[in-house]
Amino acid sequence: MKLVPSQEQRELRAAVRDFLAAASPPAKARQGHDPEVYARLNGELGLSGLIVPEEYGGAGAGFAELAVALEETGAVLLPGPFLATVFAAVALTRAPDKELLAGIAEGRVAATLALPGADVTADDTGRLSGTLPQVLSGMEADVLLVTAGSALHAVDLTAEGVTRTPLETLDITRGQARVVLDGAPARTLGEPADGIADRLAVALAAEQLGVLRAALDAIVGYAKIRVAFGRYIGSYQGVKHKLADMHGKLEQAESIVRYAAWAADEAPDELPGAAALAQAYVGRACFEVARDSLLLHGGIGYTWEHDAHLYFKRAKTDEVLLGPPRLHRARIADLLEL
Amino acid sequence: MNPADYQRAARDWLERNVPSEGRADGDPIAQAKDFMARLYDAGYSGITWPERWGGQGLTQEEERAFAAAARDFTLPIYVFSIGLGMTGPTLVDRGTDAQRERFVRPLLRGEEIWCQLFSEPGAGSDVASLQTRAERDGDDWIVNGQKVWTSVAQHADWGLLLARTNVDVPKHKGLTMFVVDMHHPGVTVRPLKDMSGRSNFNEIFFDDVHIPDEHRVGDVDDGWSVAVTTLLHERLSISAGVGMGGQKDNPASLEALRRTVDTSDPLVRDELVELHIRSRALALFNQRLAQETEAGVFPGARGSAAKLLLAELTLYQADLATRLAGPESVVGGHPLGTVLSTAPGLALGGGTNEIMRNIVGDRVLNLPPEPRVDKTVPFKDLKVGTQA
Repeated sequence: MKLVPSQEQRELRAAVRDFLAAASPPAKARQGHDPEVYARLNGELGLSGLIVPEEYGGAGAGFAELAVALEETGAVLLPGPFLATVFAAVALTRAPDKELLAGIAEGRVAATLALPGADVTADDTGRLSGTLPQVLSGMEADVLLVTAGSALHAVDLTAEGVTRTPLETLDITRGQARVVLDGAPARTLGEPADGIADRLAVALAAEQLGVLRAALDAIVGYAKIRVAFGRYIGSYQGVKHKLADMHGKLEQAESIVRYAAWAADEAPDELPGAAALAQAYVGRACFEVARDSLLLHGGIGYTWEHDAHLYFKRAKTDEVLLGPPRLHRARIADLLEL
Repeated sequence: MNPADYQRAARDWLERNVPSEGRADGDPIAQAKDFMARLYDAGYSGITWPERWGGQGLTQEEERAFAAAARDFTLPIYVFSIGLGMTGPTLVDRGTDAQRERFVRPLLRGEEIWCQLFSEPGAGSDVASLQTRAERDGDDWIVNGQKVWTSVAQHADWGLLLARTNVDVPKHKGLTMFVVDMHHPGVTVRPLKDMSGRSNFNEIFFDDVHIPDEHRVGDVDDGWSVAVTTLLHERLSISAGVGMGGQKDNPASLEALRRTVDTSDPLVRDELVELHIRSRALALFNQRLAQETEAGVFPGARGSAAKLLLAELTLYQADLATRLAGPESVVGGHPLGTVLSTAPGLALGGGTNEIMRNIVGDRVLNLPPEPRVDKTVPFKDLKVGTQA
């Protein structure tokens, strides 16, 4: 089990962090998706191709590397289809398609993945019909991957027979769309492999870890400069002790994310339990820390202009992204054979 | 030897050598010493300690492999836990070569038992306000005062003693660390009964106890920095469970509870899932700290976060188990009643949860310190303990 990032992973983190600090700081997140930043993210850093196998033009890296990158994109609340494209790439690396994987690796194609349980059917000619009420980054993505019958299909979202409607999202930094397929042309990619849902859970937990860390950093920084009753608020135990508890959540969340990423790369037997643990613990901890960070900021944290609510809302959106959190807990109960 | 082989060999050894409960001959200390000697001779005591002083000079990898092998056993080494987890590492870090030569090997081999003498009736969380005096007398120091909450002192041969050597400077600057002979005339050990009804800790009185200057650890009046070393080791050893054995015999563990409570009830299932989540979260954090240590990153004050989390988990787990078991858990000496009665100990010993939060806030998050009214005042002018 490997719980400490390697030198190379730390270098990757530093490169992604430096890039995002200049190109997409949190203050920019509320402006939404910036295609130019997204193109540079994939061009200069090759992030979209990180886990794409080398034979398709990607870096062929593992989840340990992916987790480090997602932490950083999460920490700045990066808008746009990065996480959605990661989800699609995860599904594709388990059911490879040369054209799509090459497009993702080059940064030409932004993709998204319909979450399991979509009510979509294929007709005799392979055209798809059905309604997907919530598709992550559905307006920004070029291609939708969706399971119909027993096969994974790729749908060009600009094709005829596809209607996309942007949704009003609680998280203003990253969009979702309602997608209606009405005889939409599709390419059949084959059977989706097992373990995709677990890998999505791990990838999402890495983003959540970044959101958690940034929310904690923000309030720790503020507690060192904000003065009340003649003292920095961070010197009061009423504040300090809460921050210490939040730090404990960060330490445990990070440990779980490293473990789950290792399991995704190296220990398939442990992956289901690690993935469910990652969502059950990190998803909750991320929201709790974002909530307490907002509260400890005082009135300013409740304002629209402050970033605290952006973290609060991303944390909540992420917590429920893969379904109600009780599903992860039920999965743990099943795996423990309780 | 690779870790898997090391673990297998350790497991084989433990199976052959850990005494079964029925074999106790009435003297648990003799049994513990006998076991510790065999553990040392087999190479499983002081696994990561320097070879020069009697350790094995191996890495955290072997230490972890041994811990994994030992998880299914209850090792009778509780009386050595203070020496192995706290005072021994302090001597390795801060002692003189003569002190290491004299004390470390007998400690690792279980020939001598150690206790730690920091807390006093008037100095608990604020341990630097302690009043026990050590006064210079030629080549000796003469100690007078009282210590409290001292685990295993009734069995101890040696104690690591923090005493005041200068009252004219601020409280942190007038302390010195010593090794004291617990068999010396003038040392009185009185057991204290804790809330579980057991007497694991004691109060100690020192009346004109002589300590040779060669048993001073660190410089005169620099005892606080030595104490900080000890306390760091204390928190790490508590969170890593040194000498505590595994969860095997814990009736509040998930494995025990799943056998004794009705898991067909979805509410019970969810409670057990929560226990699993919290236990795994902390176990993985501890493993990560161990791997970082192995990679040369000393966890320092982050060990206090691990200790705080363990204290909270322990109390939560005991509380949960009794709620799941229901009324039977509070009558007839039920094992869960005992678990519940001992659970608060971890949240108090080795620094309270509140002190752990202060440490995490001050030294991990670098938050501004609480204003301190006593920081620059000479000790003799402070209102502490029995000092008016």
